[in-house]
Amino acid sequence: MLAALVIVFREVLEAGLVVGIVLAATRGIPRQKLLIGAGLVAGLAGAALVAVFAGAIADAAAGFGQELFNAAVLLIAVVMLAWHNVWMNRHGRELAADLGRAGSAIVAGEKPAWALSVVIAIAVLREGAEVVLFLYGIAAGGETDGAQMLTGGLAGVVAGGVLSAAMYLGLLRLPMKLLFGVTTALIALLAAGMAAQAAGYLIAADVAPSLGDTLWDTSHILSDHSMAGIVLRTLVGYIDRPAGLQVAAWVLTLGIIVLLTGANSSKPQTA
Amino acid sequence: MRRILLAALLAVSAAVFLIPAAQADEPLIITLSIKDNRFDQPRLEVPAGKKFVLLVRNLDGKAEEFESRSLKLEKIVPAGKEVKFNVGPLKAGEYSFFGEYHEKTAQGVMVAK
Repeated sequence: MLAALVIVFREVLEAGLVVGIVLAATRGIPRQKLLIGAGLVAGLAGAALVAVFAGAIADAAAGFGQELFNAAVLLIAVVMLAWHNVWMNRHGRELAADLGRAGSAIVAGEKPAWALSVVIAIAVLREGAEVVLFLYGIAAGGETDGAQMLTGGLAGVVAGGVLSAAMYLGLLRLPMKLLFGVTTALIALLAAGMAAQAAGYLIAADVAPSLGDTLWDTSHILSDHSMAGIVLRTLVGYIDRPAGLQVAAWVLTLGIIVLLTGANSSKPQTA
Repeated sequence: MRRILLAALLAVSAAVFLIPAAQADEPLIITLSIKDNRFDQPRLEVPAGKKFVLLVRNLDGKAEEFESRSLKLEKIVPAGKEVKFNVGPLKAGEYSFFGEYHEKTAQGVMVAK
């Protein structure tokens, strides 16, 4: 039962942290709840589809379909996150100034919010598919303690949800001005971490060089499968045994986002 | 200055991702099966210093996640399917692996010689 709880908890926490950051980042944007809800529903539907077609995905691309699928959806999320940050940096100030009034900038604010609902859908789809496959295996029978494991799995969903909600509520306690800076930084790091994960999948599929299998090994200090490790892996992209390409992807993604947002904010704020 | 730096970063990322990995022909395939939530070879001997493909077959009627922390492998093996992993070249030694969905019983060690 505990094993089931831990497995489901991990997946829900990973998706939940992403949802929490996106919720905080889109605070004050009109129709935020609708966009987030749409992302969640699309993600859950996608998770069920991925679970149903798990066999076909595994067989695709000469046996490396799972890796390529994961890399592709992660890279889409990276682009969406980067777009959001660049856009918000350009319009964020008008948005903050006009808050409460239905200014045109706020209405236009739906654009990056849409990008972020794609990010939510992708996060829920990836982690959700694993939960569905795992729980289906239990429900399909053959487990001696099936009922107990299902209970554990459901407890894992609740525990992961509660912890994610706690992080979101913690973010909300920040003053609006600070919240904007914090979510911008969190989203840039989230994107860099996803790029590093995508690089890992491309290496696993043997379509990209590893540039050094293991640059360092800090798994004995902090395993990226421990609870703290999972939180750090999701939030900042911590990997305990990173390949060279993963480090390169992390640095490049963060560098590109920082440069793009910096380039925009240095321009005079007209538009 | 910023633009030049940005262009350079983009160029490097493109290069890094587009360099095709060296493809070895006819890789060695080593097969491992999962049945009743256990591995058929709890001690799997593999060659050291050589790339190979690990083929994991799931003979059970439900999905399993094959995982090895030290080998950095982690992939779902759908019910009744087989999945491939690129492994190595490994240094001689022992590398543990397990099935995450049935961690109590699905345990094994890869021995590279």
